[in-house]
Order: sequence, then C-alpha cells, then structure tokens
Amino acid sequence: MNRDLYRDLSWLPACPPGFNRLCRGMLESSGESFGAEIRQIANYALDDNQLLRLADTIEAGLANGYSSAPLQPFRLGVASNGTSELICKGIVATAARHGFALSCVATGYDQVLQDSVSPDSALTRFHPDAVLIALDWRGLPLLPCPGDANAAQSTIESALDYLDTIRNAIRQNTGAVSIVQNLAAPPETTFGSLDRILEGTLRFLIDGVNAGLAKRLRGSSDVLYDVAGLAGTVGLANWNSPSEWNLAKLPFAQVFLPLYADHVCRLLAALRGRSRRSLILDLDNTLWGGVIGDDGLMGIQIGSGDAVGEAYLAFQQYVLSLRNRGIVLAVSSKNEDETARMPFRQHPDMVLHEKDFAIFQANWSDKASNIRAIADTLGLGLNAMVFIDDTPFERNLVREALPEVAIPEMPEDPADYARTLSAAGYFEAVNFSEEDIKRASYYAGNAQRATLERQVGDVATYLASLEMEIDFRPFDEAGRARITQLINKSNQFNLTTRRYSEAQVARFEADANALTLQVRLRDKLGDNGMISVVICSPSGADVWEIDTWLMSCRVLGRRVEEAVLQELVDHAKRRGASRLRGVYCPTNRNKIVEQHYAKLGFTQIQTREDGSTVWELVVASAHAQPLPMVVRRFGCELVPSELNEWFVDPTAT
Amino acid sequence: MSQQSGKVGIDRDECERALGEVFREFFDDDSLVLRPEMTAQDIDGWDSLANIRLLLTLERKFHIKFSASEVGGLKNVGDLVALIVSKMK
Repeated sequence: MNRDLYRDLSWLPACPPGFNRLCRGMLESSGESFGAEIRQIANYALDDNQLLRLADTIEAGLANGYSSAPLQPFRLGVASNGTSELICKGIVATAARHGFALSCVATGYDQVLQDSVSPDSALTRFHPDAVLIALDWRGLPLLPCPGDANAAQSTIESALDYLDTIRNAIRQNTGAVSIVQNLAAPPETTFGSLDRILEGTLRFLIDGVNAGLAKRLRGSSDVLYDVAGLAGTVGLANWNSPSEWNLAKLPFAQVFLPLYADHVCRLLAALRGRSRRSLILDLDNTLWGGVIGDDGLMGIQIGSGDAVGEAYLAFQQYVLSLRNRGIVLAVSSKNEDETARMPFRQHPDMVLHEKDFAIFQANWSDKASNIRAIADTLGLGLNAMVFIDDTPFERNLVREALPEVAIPEMPEDPADYARTLSAAGYFEAVNFSEEDIKRASYYAGNAQRATLERQVGDVATYLASLEMEIDFRPFDEAGRARITQLINKSNQFNLTTRRYSEAQVARFEADANALTLQVRLRDKLGDNGMISVVICSPSGADVWEIDTWLMSCRVLGRRVEEAVLQELVDHAKRRGASRLRGVYCPTNRNKIVEQHYAKLGFTQIQTREDGSTVWELVVASAHAQPLPMVVRRFGCELVPSELNEWFVDPTAT
Repeated sequence: MSQQSGKVGIDRDECERALGEVFREFFDDDSLVLRPEMTAQDIDGWDSLANIRLLLTLERKFHIKFSASEVGGLKNVGDLVALIVSKMK
C-alpha cells in the first residue's frame, strides 16, 4: 500500500478494518467513555468519508446525552464562499484528535460579510471562540487587469480591506479570534511565467494579497492559515479541482479534507496553548544509522559523504532547529549510558550534542516508564510530548501505555524523517517570542538522567497482544551467512563474544554432537528476522556447555531469552544431559548480560581469573513458564506438542 | 481490492459486486443489495452532496474520472454500472 505522506496523514497509524463497526459500537455502548473513544479513533489516519462518519457519530452520541469529556469544548465559526458542510464535519471529527469537542456554525452561502457584520446573525449569536475565514480566490473581489499597475494595487488593497472588515466585525461582535486563510492560486496562467511579474494577472493579485495579509496579521491577535503553503506542498493542480467546484462548490479537492482539517485544528490547539513542547528521541537508527553498541563509533552512519549518513545528518539539523526555537529535547534509548553518549562526545560529524538535551535516558528499561520519568522530571504533561522511534514495537508499546504521547509512524527511509516530523505539525505555534527562546535554556541542557520511579502500563498484556511467533531451527545452509554475520557483529547481548568464520559455522552445522539454534521472531507488526543464535556442545558426560548465546537488542524485554532457555532445556533433556553450563565473558560492550544467567535461574559456580563467570542450571529443576508466544520448530528431533505444529522429522540425526 | 487498481476491464457482474461493497460501506448498511433500477430515493442518505462524495469515492476506487455531463445523465444504479464498465474498457 502506497500512502502519501500529506494526503493520507501517514504519520498517523492506519485505521484498522471495520471502521463503521467501531463507530456503531460507540453508539451502542453505555457512552461512559465516549469522549476518550472518539479521541482514540480520531487518532487513526482517517480518510474524508471516515471523518464525516465520525462527525455523524459524534453528533449522534451527543444527541444520546453522552458526555464528550475529557475533550475540551471549542466553538468554531466557519465563513466560506464554498460548501462549508463537509469542511465543518471534517473539522469536528479531526478536532477530537487534538483534544477538542468542537461545535461548528457556518455562515450562509455567500453571506460571509453580512453574517460577520450583523449583530444577530447565526454566527454572531453562536458566540464562537474563533472564526475560520475560509475564503478562496473566488470569494474575493479579484478582477484581473493585466498590465494595469494602479488597478492591480487598488484591487489588492480592497481585497485586504474586505478581509479586515470581516475580521474586525467578528472581533467587535463576538470577541472571537479570526483564523484567516491566504490564497492558493489556481494552476492556470494567462501568460505563463510572466504572470508572476506582470501587474494585474490573477497570480500577481494573489501574491499581493498573500504578502499583504501576512503583513496585516503580523502583530495582530488574529492568526494566519497558510493554505497557499499547504496547497503548494501537495501541488496546486491536485489541490484545485475544477470539477469538484463546479459540481458541488467544494473549494479544494475533497481528498484533502483530512489534511485541511488537521491544519485548522493545529491552529486551534496552538491558540489554546496545547501544542507539543518536548521531543523525545530514540538514538540507534533514529539519530544515526546502525547500532552504536554493536557497530561502534566509526561503524555508525552519520555525516556527509554518504547518502544514508547525510539523511541522519539532515534529521539532526532539523531537530536542532526545533531545539533553537524552544522545543525541549530528550533522549530515550535502550543502551548503556556511556555507550549512548559516545557519539555525542566523540563522533566528529554529530550536529547534536549532549548540551542540546535536557534529559538523557539510556538504559534497558521499557520506554514507557522512561518517557513518564522524562515528563515528570521536566514538569511537563505527557500531552506535551512527542516520541520518535524507528521501531514499531517501541512505538506501539508507548502508545498503549501512554496514549497522551504523540508518536508518529516513521518512514522506512531516514531521508524522510525530517519531513514526516514536520508534516505531523506537533509544534504548531501562533506566535514566537523571546520567552520561547529562553524556555529551551530554562530546561537546562545538562543531559541529566531522570529517575525511574515506577513501571507504567502493563507490559505483559502488551506482549500478549503482539501475537509473537518464535521459530527455532538448527543451523542450515540458508541461514549460514546471517548466522556468521550476527556472530561477528553482536557485541551487547553476547555472552562470550566468540567470533567464528563461515567455515567454522558450517562445521558446527555438520557436527552431530553440537546443538545449534537460529532463532527468528515474527509478530503482528512484522517480521524481525533472525534475532538470536545459540551454539551448545557436550562437555563431559552429562553437561552441556553454551559456547555462544547472542541476541539482537531490538527484541529485549520480550521474553525471547526465556523461550530460548526452554528450548535448550528441552534439547538437553532429550539428549540425556542433566546440567546446562553457561559462561559470561565480560567485554567493555556486554555489561547488559552480566546477570543474564542469574536472571534465568542459573547458579554461579566459578569466577575465573580473566573475570569471566561460570554458571550452571540443573535441567530437572527447570520448569517451563507460559510465554506470550507461539513456538515453531523446524528440523528438530523433539516430541511434537500442540505448539510445534511444523514439527518436521522425528528420526533426524 | 488491489486488483482493481489500474484500468483493467471489468464486466457488469463484477462491477455490480464491487459497487455493492462500496455502497454498503458508504451508506453504512450491511443489508443493502443493489438492483439496477434503484435510485437515490431508495437509499437512505443518498442526497445530492452524498452523491458527489459517492462519485468521488468511486473515482478513487476504480481510478477513473467522471465528467459533469456524465454525472448529470445518471438516472439509476444500472446507469452507474454501465458508465463504470464503459470507462474501465
């Protein structure tokens, strides 16, 4: 499926199937959590039809007497020279995404001026909090006069005066803020490029109105809605649909209703001081390419000279520009603290530095708890936070535990990171002051650590909902290259850090005495590929020694280690071993697994001179725990159970 | 759904089936069964604005474009099916 970033709001999670059913379900329930349910559904990437259905659902729910709390009431007037019904409904539904229970009243068709100046029009009596002045070029007196400079100037001035009259009347009659749209030019030109230069062409007049409007709104209490910029972003020829105007007076192509409405609601949020204020960033594959703990300082991709490194560089530059306008930055990374800070301290191509971050959380705890700690330490609400992570697992875990945090879906290609974050519009502002600049330094950029006070959310429930499938198979030819790569690359979750060539891996593969495992993990978010490798061989009569045990840090906290242990125990029992022996050989990278065997119930039996520790587990004492994943085995000689549905060959070896 | 991307030919039956799906979703009525002689009067919520939205939805689904005169000439579901079939040729 090819989602367009802007048209399809693809920073938002895709809507699950059965949208109509979801809407009906809300109306058939008791309505107790109606407001929260609306908000949850509004946070999907809804298309125009879905927005309208959600608006109808909201209306029906309120008619049932359901409360829209915790959504905050907002009254918006809409003054349009086109069909405003669809625009209003689109905004009502979208507003829930931004925390508002929005009610909307539109001016009569072609009655914008009359309804604004009349003290007893429906608009005035509605007592709006804000009025969206949604006039397009067809709604202003813009008669082209190519070549007539004087007429062009007076046309521009009178259009601007007309807009001033409307917003002044609105302020006088209702006290409401006006949100004034500028003009998206139609793509048709009269002369071609000359239209931009020649006084009095439509394009010239529109340019003049847009420049003049920005000037008149600067320093006023009213707000600009840059529709010209938005239409330019998606393409003027896409935005302007002559047939939709002719058929139904739709002022822009209906397919852009979700985008248009989201931009309106960002402005409402900014007017209410509800824009986001803090950006929490993952590190590996978010601020640089690669994994610092495995790839090392010079192995990560950042900096110029390489397309991937430049993509991350551009993203860091964008993040720095947000920092410089007052957005408070924080890090949340699964890493050792020292390792995570290394690129900021030592890599010459990094744009961001430790001083740019107020909080620096690098540890192995779940990210939801870390983000809660960051918010608490900063004294900002979770609804002021944006969290960026390239990993769907982390995004969904935090979404589930902390629904108030904004978490954009990130594109595959880091070249699009900055654009995606910008398109999501989390940091919309309606003004910019000295205060804003000071704010960033108020949250002193000392990259301090925040104290984890408690675990938030129910990780077990989340893991169960992931529908994980773990896949065990002995080394084989198909997996050999990847196995060798993991053996030579993994530094962090690697108990012995023993490196083997592909030929050596092939020898383990052929050794009937050795037990080898390549482990893959799939879940409903996607296929994680091969994530763990184990090599085990007999050591003495009834002891099995774990020569190699490594795992990708991406799947930490998902109980994969426990599943691997159960697999090892099963194999050991089958082969008549009574004990499993594991060794931890410390390096400066693998502190994370120092207590690995202790956590799995092994007993330490020895500390060697080189600092490595030896651990043993009595196989008979190990009891299988229920794990939140389905186990699939390929090519192993275990007795089939209900779980190993793909059991292959009981007579192998 | 994906096989409808691009203009590959479609016969009346296929078109009616696909159209039925769109109508049931669009008008939120799982029991809706399309018949060629059906008109806007027969379906709850099929007003003039909904009609434009419905046609825009069909344009996106079938990757086709309707002209204003084609839209104006539609009298019932059968006409709509015939128009889509002719556009998908």
